[in-house]
Amino acid sequence: MDAAAAIDELRSLSTQIEVIMVANRDGSVTASTVDSGRAERLAGLARDLVAGADSVRGDLGRDALSQLQAATPEGSVFVVLDGQRMAVATTGADPTVGLVFYDLKTLLRQLGDDDKAPAPAPAEAKEGGDA
Amino acid sequence: MPKRRIIIGALIGAGSFAGTIFYRRRSARNRTRVDLYFDDGSMLSLATGAPDADRLLPIARDLLAEAG
Repeated sequence: MDAAAAIDELRSLSTQIEVIMVANRDGSVTASTVDSGRAERLAGLARDLVAGADSVRGDLGRDALSQLQAATPEGSVFVVLDGQRMAVATTGADPTVGLVFYDLKTLLRQLGDDDKAPAPAPAEAKEGGDA
Repeated sequence: MPKRRIIIGALIGAGSFAGTIFYRRRSARNRTRVDLYFDDGSMLSLATGAPDADRLLPIARDLLAEAG
């Protein structure tokens, strides 16, 4: 499943998530539920948010940042990090935090599995097997 | 006697209204925070008013506004 299909599926399943985006930590967008212009601005803001949070982490000497939630009365921003990739979601106020994090981790795991999946064997090799 | 009842009723109403406003403001303040989770499983909650939270929350608000 590619990134666009994975986020579309998550968007259709989740009643809490409003916007979903997968991007690299440098702010380049992989896939999003919004148009490309907004997605780029959102990815830039998510990059700044993660960089700021990572700076706090560095000041405190903590382990690497794995995820964050910024909660406001208007809504929440969720970011889950996986290597150089990040999954970003926005929700309304008072979301079910664990569920949103679970969904975003699952999304990144799906994409990670796709990256690791071996390339399908060429048709010739299948036909020329033991049978 | 009826005048006294009206005054007491008005005072109770005003008190309830003020209490509701106070409660809503306090719960809104409590809801505004940044929670950071680390690879070792620990979590750090930065409440609004903390310098680090006040640096991160405007970015989150901009992001929410952009996500609209």
